[in-house]
Amino acid sequence: MIDRRLLTNIDWILAGLVLTVCLLGIMNIYSATTPYKIVGIAYYIKQLYWMLAGITISLVVCSLDYHILEDLSYWFYGFLILLLLAVLIVGKRSMGATRWLNLGLFNIQPSELMKIVIIVTFARFFNNFHTIGGLTVRDLLIPLSLLALPAVLIMKQPDLGTATLIILIAISMAMYVGLRWSAIVTFICITIPMAWVGWAYLLRPYQKNRILDFLNPERSRLGSGYHIIQSKIAVGSGGFTGKGFVKGTQSQLRFLPEQHTDFAFSVFAEEWGFIGCLVLIFLYLSLVLWGLNIARRCNDRFGGLLAVGVTAMLFWHVVINMGMVIGMFPVVGVPLPFFSYGGTSMITSMVAIGLLQNISMRRFMF
Amino acid sequence: MKERRFVRELLESKQRILVLSFVVGVVFLFLVIRLWHLQILSSDDYHAMSENNRLRFVPVAAARGAILDRTGTVLVSNRPSFSLAVIPQEVKDKEALLTLLSTLLGLDRAEMAERWEKNRSRAKYYPIVLASNISRNHVEIVEENRLRLPGIEIEMKPVREYTSRQLAAHLLGYIGEVSEKELNIAGFEEYNPGDYIGKNGIERALEKDLHGDDGGRQLEVDARGRVLRTVSESYPTVGNSVVLTIDAAVQKQTELAFGVQAGAAVAMDVTTGEILAFVSNPGFDPSLFSGKLPADVWQGYLDDKRHPLENKALSGQYPPGSTFKMITALAGLQENRINDSTSITCNGSYDLGTSTFKCWNKKGHGATNLRKSLRESCDVFYYLLGEKLGVDKIAAAAQAFKLGSPLGVELLNEKSGLIPTTEWKLKRFGKRWFHGETIPVSIGQGAVLLTPIQMVSMTATIANDGTIYRPHLVKRIVDADGKTLRETKPEIIGTASFSKESFKLVKQGMLDVVNAPGGTGGAARQYDVKVAGKTGTSQVVRMGGSKAGTAYQFRDHALFVAFAPFEKPEIAVAVVIEHGEHGGAAAAPIASRILRAYFDGKKPPRKEAAASSQDDDEDTDENVTPAVMKKPGINGEASHD
Repeated sequence: MIDRRLLTNIDWILAGLVLTVCLLGIMNIYSATTPYKIVGIAYYIKQLYWMLAGITISLVVCSLDYHILEDLSYWFYGFLILLLLAVLIVGKRSMGATRWLNLGLFNIQPSELMKIVIIVTFARFFNNFHTIGGLTVRDLLIPLSLLALPAVLIMKQPDLGTATLIILIAISMAMYVGLRWSAIVTFICITIPMAWVGWAYLLRPYQKNRILDFLNPERSRLGSGYHIIQSKIAVGSGGFTGKGFVKGTQSQLRFLPEQHTDFAFSVFAEEWGFIGCLVLIFLYLSLVLWGLNIARRCNDRFGGLLAVGVTAMLFWHVVINMGMVIGMFPVVGVPLPFFSYGGTSMITSMVAIGLLQNISMRRFMF
Repeated sequence: MKERRFVRELLESKQRILVLSFVVGVVFLFLVIRLWHLQILSSDDYHAMSENNRLRFVPVAAARGAILDRTGTVLVSNRPSFSLAVIPQEVKDKEALLTLLSTLLGLDRAEMAERWEKNRSRAKYYPIVLASNISRNHVEIVEENRLRLPGIEIEMKPVREYTSRQLAAHLLGYIGEVSEKELNIAGFEEYNPGDYIGKNGIERALEKDLHGDDGGRQLEVDARGRVLRTVSESYPTVGNSVVLTIDAAVQKQTELAFGVQAGAAVAMDVTTGEILAFVSNPGFDPSLFSGKLPADVWQGYLDDKRHPLENKALSGQYPPGSTFKMITALAGLQENRINDSTSITCNGSYDLGTSTFKCWNKKGHGATNLRKSLRESCDVFYYLLGEKLGVDKIAAAAQAFKLGSPLGVELLNEKSGLIPTTEWKLKRFGKRWFHGETIPVSIGQGAVLLTPIQMVSMTATIANDGTIYRPHLVKRIVDADGKTLRETKPEIIGTASFSKESFKLVKQGMLDVVNAPGGTGGAARQYDVKVAGKTGTSQVVRMGGSKAGTAYQFRDHALFVAFAPFEKPEIAVAVVIEHGEHGGAAAAPIASRILRAYFDGKKPPRKEAAASSQDDDEDTDENVTPAVMKKPGINGEASHD
């Protein structure tokens, strides 16, 4: 099934970058969860299992020619929309939001899968849609509807983070295809009143609070502004060289919320300081630039679109998560890929890497 | 031409990649600049903040509300429980401290050391419990040696106390630590692991009221986790108290009457639907469940053939046997299949096709009319009537009594019982109903199942000439200051519309059951009030029936339902003795004791008894009541000062 020539084309730079981040993540989870009362298997061991499962899945993904995705894309899209509807109707409630769908054996979070599917769907659409000089407003009507449907469904759950992500991914892909200035200006003019409507009618009170807290953390020192303040203290007190492994006081005394998942980076920043952060940011930057490079080298439009979409997904995760931890963005539940604890994020990110690897390996086939 | 266009498009996209790469680089540069700002420029400020300004939250659980009976007798409250705790940050020599504690108090040193070790990872200012539930004597010793025991604290917390031990265990339920599964249920989001929650019974059904609002202390601690000061404190709010409709005295007598026998009994106020006694026997000790349940006790409960943990009054479903004959009789009267003067001849059995259905009396009852059929519980009378009516007519009468569906008692997991119909059989088994199957249904056998709650409701409905009240257990909810927050009003949930005449005939028969010669329920007769009732014996195993010496689990269930006083009914009772064999012999005497306790309790307190009550604990209960009623939270309040 798999062409022998392909094996020699494995993108070792991509694999190496991902593996390094994963291992740093596991080391960091070990530190972040030391103060926890552990029942059963320790978190860092579980994360190791997730990593191995993720690698296996990414190998499966890259062994199949990505072109089959082109034919299946709209089916995936339709199926995911059904799942998202199912979540709203019969989903499992947890922490005030309905995001999970119980499949008997395990729970899945369709909004997470939607990130990949929106990439595939957009890649298919733009692959058959040709333009010179950039997309006009009219060209964007269909992709905009394709985007709006899942975005609204996910917003309803409510999962602001994921909804924002799929919108950002879609915008990134449109930018790769090319946008006319007229389209950009029109959308900015439409977005501002829309944002006002969203603020007034769509956002839940807790989401508004998070945004207000971000703008002014002192607003509720012990409420949701607490997260931002404590996280900034953790990062800032790390200083140039950090407090040392398992020596971060903010994390070891458990001041940080969700310090092994969404706020894992603040534990890292506290314990490894500016130097550590530079290393991690450099790794992510390399990963993103390498992903774009794969898109550039790819000689078929569908592959290029796919690579750009997947890279954009990783990029926005990194930027939103890190921005949240260092107080540049409001607190939304977006994990740091390969670094935060959690199976769903690991699997989705690994599928993304599998796709990139897939495209990279087959670049000589055309 | 087209190819050229595609190539141009691809080249344009490739150029755009360079633009995107540039944007990515800029965004990451912003992240680095921000980190530079936080970690290099403002590092000292943040470092100082991390050293000094640390806020921690220590939750303080609210005391649960009390549960009282209708007279104000406290059934469940809280008592202070003392535990020995250590604050690790104040201890210099751990080993010496442990040795001193074990010599002073005689507590197991290894166990204390183990508990300490287990909580090692918690913040150093967080008290670790070394020994819980220590005696007052120990508390005094610790107080005396205060100076030699730095870092040792006596903690007091409220512990659930079941004042009358096993009384009404199934009704009250018990509490325990909230489980992971419960944390995922909607409505329990605000609970944290380790919190206590009602697991079943009233404790669960009224969890929202009983729980109260937890408070907490905001502490400022330094970099080592030592407490600097308390920043803010919010006091917990004691939960609301629940006043039940239960009468503890009647409840107690009922439980005593059961002895070792397994079964259930429910007594209900006919005019309101208030449940006066709610017994499932054998009981269990609810206080054992809030702590660590000893494994042997648990195993004992599981191995007991009488299933002590099952709430038989609510979830036990039994064939009602002959107590169901009133329903068949009412159906017959309404359909004009029988009347006052209809008489049949019972010669001990009834043949339908190839099957023979026996009357319990093999010799037969001879000429039998409706009244006699109830008095002596003749089966053949009902076989004939049932055959004429058909199963759906009987079911319609039962459904008019709201049988076959839950009645809406406050507790969770109320069972619906089962009233078979032709449609039910077709749906359930995909088969049509056979005529012969109607015969056992007419005497409450076959597929018919009722819960004890449904039996008592059925009896009360007959006593009421058809008015059905929702059976309920909660009389009112009272807050910590004694203010009534909610009160349950009697609620009519339906009417079994049969003619007054029909009810009169059936009630007359029930009166004879208890009071006429030859009646099967003579054991329930009272000297002061007229009781009407009906016995029942229901087969557990279809064939053969009960024989002396049959293994316990194959013996028949004994049932008895009754209401009194006959002229102006006040109370209805239903008693089921599992494998008790004969309704008249096993169940009726228990019903008799319930009625006795109820009517004795109603009598105005004797003057001389009231005067001499100072030295008699039991009698003082009634006089103490008003004071307790005013301050139901008294036990809770004592616990956190």
